[in-house]
Amino acid sequence: MPTVLVPGMLRADAGGAAHLEVGESGTLGAVLDEIGQRWPRLERRIRDESGALRRYVNVYVDGEDCRRSGGLATPVPAGAEIQVLPSVAGG
Amino acid sequence: MTELLAIGTKKGLFLATSDDDRRSWKVGSAHFPGMSIYAVAIDTHGPTPRLLAGVESSHFGPSVSISDDLGATWQEPDAAPLAFPADAGAVVERVWQITPAGSGVVYAGVQPSALFRSEDGGRTYELVRALWDHPHRPEWGAGFGGQAVHTVLPHPGDPSRVLVAMSTGGVYRTTDGGASWSPANTGIKAYFLPDPWPEFGQCVHKVARDGADPETYYAQNHHGVYRTVDGGDTWQSIAGTLPADFGFPIVAHPRRSGTIWSFPLVSDGQREPVELRCRVFRSTDAGEHWQPMQAGLPEEPFYQVVLRDAMCADDAEPAGVYFGTRSGEVFASRDEGESWSSVAAHLPDVLCVRAGTV
Repeated sequence: MPTVLVPGMLRADAGGAAHLEVGESGTLGAVLDEIGQRWPRLERRIRDESGALRRYVNVYVDGEDCRRSGGLATPVPAGAEIQVLPSVAGG
Repeated sequence: MTELLAIGTKKGLFLATSDDDRRSWKVGSAHFPGMSIYAVAIDTHGPTPRLLAGVESSHFGPSVSISDDLGATWQEPDAAPLAFPADAGAVVERVWQITPAGSGVVYAGVQPSALFRSEDGGRTYELVRALWDHPHRPEWGAGFGGQAVHTVLPHPGDPSRVLVAMSTGGVYRTTDGGASWSPANTGIKAYFLPDPWPEFGQCVHKVARDGADPETYYAQNHHGVYRTVDGGDTWQSIAGTLPADFGFPIVAHPRRSGTIWSFPLVSDGQREPVELRCRVFRSTDAGEHWQPMQAGLPEEPFYQVVLRDAMCADDAEPAGVYFGTRSGEVFASRDEGESWSSVAAHLPDVLCVRAGTV
């Protein structure tokens, strides 16, 4: 079962949790779809309404930046660790 | 009675309150620290005042939060309150304007240029489709600050009439509740285009409605200050006695016809106050004549800009006027601009201010 690590800035949108266990595996897009069902406010911080990852949000699947490994189609094996991190940006 | 001044900044929303008829102000700490607040509204139509804030994270995108207890707590729905439908092929980048219209209706102007409408007091919004589908839209451009509907003015006596302004694109109106929209820019110059008098494409920075005559509006343009007395059919220059015709905000008195305030800047290429003097200009005759108001404002050379929504009036008597600068200073006048005092200093860049009695 994949685990999603939630950054501190978004934990209020995940019911205060630092780790979320999700049932979906397969692709990152499928995992985020499940997050959208269960924690919709968290999901919309990560993706915009077109379904695209927000520009300054990085998502790593087992330590690999998803933008270099297929984007939302990145494979997510059962037991994978998905880390959501704000990128180095902002003023 | 308490006067509330909501100050939206680049890094949070600050609420200032005065319980002594605006003689002194208490400024609280930041709500939404680190978030940009480009739009804020104080909705006093209902039994309790509601605050609405456009809250934007540089990482996690824009949203709208509301508070019915003057900022003690904030609520935001699970689903995005503002989102383009899938077939629009666009994404809300920034909320530039939140305008309560009464009876639970709230309008939001966003970037890219679009208008959203709420019927539940500003919790959730739907795209105003006819403006988004307007055949002119592909030709609307973007100013330096982005492409956005930044002004929304519902008609006070006729809910089917709304005027919006966008940069660039200009002024558009509906008279049928948003089902159709027409440009209303006749007389407003677009000096930056080959045809300086186009039907649309102007870079209108802000429009204000007259406090007593709902057919009279005032517009601060990207060079040019204008008035219409026929609801936007035609515009005439009122920049004649201003020291410069560039600037961002224009604000109208809440009740008295013809009284308006502006903060002129030298030019597009020199965005600083004329003679580096911090001065608000006021007209009491609908822009025919303007007078500088500077008592109590800084006397040192002043380089700051007042952004388009960073000036407002309250609804008290006499009217209060407020403005904030990109250097995080906020000034208030409780006598319609005759004299000024500092409300706050050293805040982040001030993006918007709104005031009301709560």
